[in-house]
Formats: sequence, structure tokens, C-alpha cells
Amino acid sequence: MSHYESPLRETLILGDKSYLDVSNDIAAPIEGKANKMWWIVFSISLVAFLWGIGAIIYTIGTGIGVWGLNNKINWAWDITNFVWWVGIGHAGTLISAVLLLFRQKWRMGINRSAEAMTIFAVVQAGMFPIIHMGRVWNAPWVLPIPNQFGSLWTNFNSPLLWDVFAISTYLSVSLVFWWTGLLPDFAMIRDRATKPFQKKIYSLLSFGWSGTAKDWQRFEEVSLVLAGLATPLVLSVHTIVSFDFATSVIPGWHSTVYPPYFVAGAVFSGFAMVQTLLITMRKVSNLEAYITRDHIENMNKVILVTGGIVAVAYLSEFFVGWYSGSSYEDFTYLSIGAATGPYWWAFWALILCNSVFPQLLWIKKFRRSFLVSFIMSIIINIGMWFERFDIIVINLSRGHLPSTWTQFSPTFVDISIYMGTIGFFFVLFLLYARTFPVVAQAEVKSILKSSGSQFKRAMAKEEGKEYRK
Amino acid sequence: MSSKVIQAMYDDDDVLVAAVKKVRENGNHIEEVFTPFPVHGLDKAMGLKETRLAITAFIYGVIGISFAVWMMNYMMIDDWPQNFGGKPNFSYAENMPAFVPIMFELTVFFAAHLMVLTFYMRSKIWPFQTAHNPDPRTTSHMFLMEVIVDGNEDELSSFLKNSGAVELKVVEKK
Repeated sequence: MSHYESPLRETLILGDKSYLDVSNDIAAPIEGKANKMWWIVFSISLVAFLWGIGAIIYTIGTGIGVWGLNNKINWAWDITNFVWWVGIGHAGTLISAVLLLFRQKWRMGINRSAEAMTIFAVVQAGMFPIIHMGRVWNAPWVLPIPNQFGSLWTNFNSPLLWDVFAISTYLSVSLVFWWTGLLPDFAMIRDRATKPFQKKIYSLLSFGWSGTAKDWQRFEEVSLVLAGLATPLVLSVHTIVSFDFATSVIPGWHSTVYPPYFVAGAVFSGFAMVQTLLITMRKVSNLEAYITRDHIENMNKVILVTGGIVAVAYLSEFFVGWYSGSSYEDFTYLSIGAATGPYWWAFWALILCNSVFPQLLWIKKFRRSFLVSFIMSIIINIGMWFERFDIIVINLSRGHLPSTWTQFSPTFVDISIYMGTIGFFFVLFLLYARTFPVVAQAEVKSILKSSGSQFKRAMAKEEGKEYRK
Repeated sequence: MSSKVIQAMYDDDDVLVAAVKKVRENGNHIEEVFTPFPVHGLDKAMGLKETRLAITAFIYGVIGISFAVWMMNYMMIDDWPQNFGGKPNFSYAENMPAFVPIMFELTVFFAAHLMVLTFYMRSKIWPFQTAHNPDPRTTSHMFLMEVIVDGNEDELSSFLKNSGAVELKVVEKK
């Protein structure tokens, strides 16, 4: 059996690891103790999360009048945050599904954490439409279940209902995909656990995975078919989210470019969040051998491409709005009116963070720098939040009836709920980082002989080529 | 019926696959192979049949899309037609574009979940199931092949040793 791969391709596992080394490295954060830094970040996140819960309880108890919404701007931070979190939740499945279909080996170092991020982000996203209902106890009414209102069913013509189906399918399929991949890794932790309680927990989590040849054959088939199913799924989810806007008749929203542009934007922001998390995690959990500079560079390339698509979409929106000559188009979120109007700061935050600064990544030195990539990822996260804010708030702040023109200011409840979801997200991710195998170690072992440093070096020597580090 | 097997432990996937081929050529029956990660080519070397899980996924997907069509036709056309902006509410075919997203989502939902459930049932993996890999190292870095002993224990042992096994163990299996 040949493990040959051209020495020109990047080394994905550094440090001459053996199979046992991989197990040891991945199990280390689980078997070790959390350091002080972890506890500090966890405590801050937990406080933010609890504060957010308080704000949600206040909202539910009093009504959504406690938010800054008004007659004209009837959607604002809630839907901004919803779309922002769903967008972030796009990178995980893209990495694990699309890159699997394209046989990209570099996905294996990062797919587990990216999928975890996806699931945790979609959980945050899902909360916003539910609390925006005001009467959250009526949330089951969005499901097509027999009810006491005679034969009144949900409206399958509505993009809001499509969203319900899209998000719940996406969340549940991503979860199953993630968990199936986790089974062999939980089994590895289980089989080396020394504490009885730990053994019990990981036995339960691993579903009794034994790793027979037939299990692995089925495992690989299931992964491949799930990847095939998840690829159109991940593209459909943000397409459907964009339908919430695109099928309406509000200037700035009613736009056919929305579905592809939203999908590209989602991947853009999702990869930025993966960068933020993994650049930190590779240091904290000592995973430098598995999440390498090449991984970061590859992700930066994806960010460049999707950022480019987004920039082209901005330009075409701007141009078509201007070219239409309609005076109503002069206050949509991409127009001269927006750039110079009361929301000029939001407009320029979007342009600078999403389309100007990321161009620095064309420079190879920046693309391969952890610090620059980290800062860039934060900038993009901010920019993509502003994109959704601009789409929603700027477009709603003006309309066909000038007497209704208004502005939005968030109340402390809006801000608290948003901060709360960020806290909740990090609480989940930090717990994950201490208890789950954060790298898909079984998959990494399967590419060790083609992409491990000692094997790469040997292959380069044999072919008389220079070893590319 | 109880049977005796030799558990041969290997520390390298390539050696394992070569050994599997040799053992089969020698006419011995391989009971099971445990590996810590998917070893490519192992299923072919062992002569395992191809899995039909992908076919089940297709069937589940067809069930999913049929269910979606039936459900939306029943709710939106048959049972309680409603007028939303003058959209045709008397015919599924004419209102179909609005139903495409959910037809797609339910296809994926059924195909993915039912396929994974089928996989779990077939491989007998679910919560509270106990693992049956004979050695804890086989989920980390070792590879284990179980070969049935048919009155040829000594001969088979030396054969396996020659194939690169680093440890041998004879066990009675129920």
C-alpha cells in the first residue's frame, strides 16, 4: 500500500510523531488539569452568559418592548446577531464536508474544532428568533403539528418557516456528523483512561466503539455520504436565511444577489472565527504540531476568496442601486446616501473591515503570520457583524414614507443579550476544549504516513528534492 | 460453540495489511481485525463485502422527499388552502416553487439521520453499549488480528510471528 505524496505538498503533522505520540498529544488536555488562564477566561464567559440569561428573562417577563426596536426599525440587533451566528456556523461543515469531498488533507487538523464551533454558534443563532417571538412558550407553533385551532397549519410559503426547517436540519445533521466522527476518538480516551469515573463517561460517549474492520468501512462510507449531503445543506442554509430578506419588497433587501452573497459572507466570517479560536487553541492546548502555519495560510486563502466574492457583491449592489436612478435606492445600505448619511460610521466599518483590511492577506508574509491572522480574524468578525447590522438597520431606517424615518439605538438589554450569547459560546467551547478530543486523531493518524514530517523528509530525500518545511 | 483464536498484535498498518493477505492466502480464517483508524485497503485485503449504507441513504432520501410532498400537499392544498398574496392555493404543482426549500431540507434530514441510525444499528453502537476490542491499545496505536485456530496452533503461531506480529495471544472465544 502506498502512502506516497509529493514532497512539494505541505507537511501537515510536524515533530516526527508516531501513532502513540498523536494519542498522547490529543489526550493531554483532557487528562491534564486546566491552567489559570483557562479558569480566568471561563469565569468571564460564564459571568457574561449568566448576565445574558438575566437579560433574556427580563425580556420574556416584560416583553420585547425592552429592546430598542421601534415602529420603523422592527428588526435590529436580534436578527443581526442571528444572521451573524448562523454565518459563523458555516465554516465547520464547510471544512468537514466540502474539503472532504475535495480530498483536502489539511482539513483533518482543524475539522473537529470547526464543527464544534459550528454547533455552538448555531445554538446561539437559534435563540434569537425564539426570544424575538416574545411569547416563547408559543415557539412550538412554528412546527407543523396538529393543534387546537382546527386545521390551521404553518405557512409553507413563508421563508421564515423555511428557516425553521433549514436551521434545525443543519443543526441536527451537523451534530450527528460531528458525533459520529468523535466515536473512535472517545474510544481512544476511554481505553487509556485510568480513573473509573472518566472511563465510565467516555464509555458512554463512545457508544461502545470497537474499531473493527467492518465498522471502519461503514464509518468511511457514512462520512462520505454525510459530506455529500451536508455540502448542499450548508449552501442551502444561508441561502434560505437570505430569503428572509430577499423575498421581501423593502428597498435594499429585495435583491437577487443575496443567496450567493450571503453564503460567501457566511464562509468568510466562519473561517475568521475558526482562525480566532484555533490560533489561540493551538498554543493553549499545545497543538502546534497539528495546526500549523500551513493550515492558517490555507484558511487565509479561503478568507481571501470568499472576501473577494463579498466585495464584488458589494460593488454590484452599489452600482445597480445607483444605476437604477431610483431615489429610494439612495438610502439603501450600499449607496452614497448611506456612506454620507447618519449611519456613515456603520457603512465605513463594513467597507473597511470586510473589503479593505483583508486585502493585506495577499501578502504572503502576513498570510503566514499568526499575529496578523489573529488580528485580521477579529476585524472580519466585527465587519461581518456590521454587514448584517447595515442590511437590517440602515435599510429599515429610511423608507417610502419620509415621516417614518428614524434611527435605532440599542438598550442595555440588546447589548446584554448579545454579550450573553458570546459568553455562552465561549463557555461551551472552553468546556469542549477540556473534555473532547479536539483534533480528529483517528483521521490524522490515517494521513501520518503521507503528511507527517519524518515521512515527508524521507520522500524528499529519495527524490532529491528540498524538504519543504 | 466455543472456538480458539490467536490474537496477533501489529504495530504498523502496512505490516498488518500484508499479514492479512498472507494469512488468507495460507487458507486461514480471519475472525476480526481491530484498528485505531481506517486503514485503506484493509477491507479489500480481508475480502469484506462493500457496505450498502449509501444505497440506504438514497432510499431514505426518497422517503424524505415523498413525505415532504405529501405533508405540504395535505396541509396547504387539501386540508386548509389559504390565500397568501394571491399565490395559487389549489394546486401543488403551481405552488411548488415555494415548497422546494422544505422538500430539499426534508430529503437531507431523512437521508442523513436514518442512514446514521442504520449504521449505528448495524455496527451495534449506541449509548450504554460495551466495547469489545480485546486490547485497549487497539484504539490508540496497535492493530490486532484474530485468526481462528483449527488444530494448527503452533504452525499458525510461527506463521503469524513471521508476518510481523509483535505479540501473540491464544484465547478461547465463546
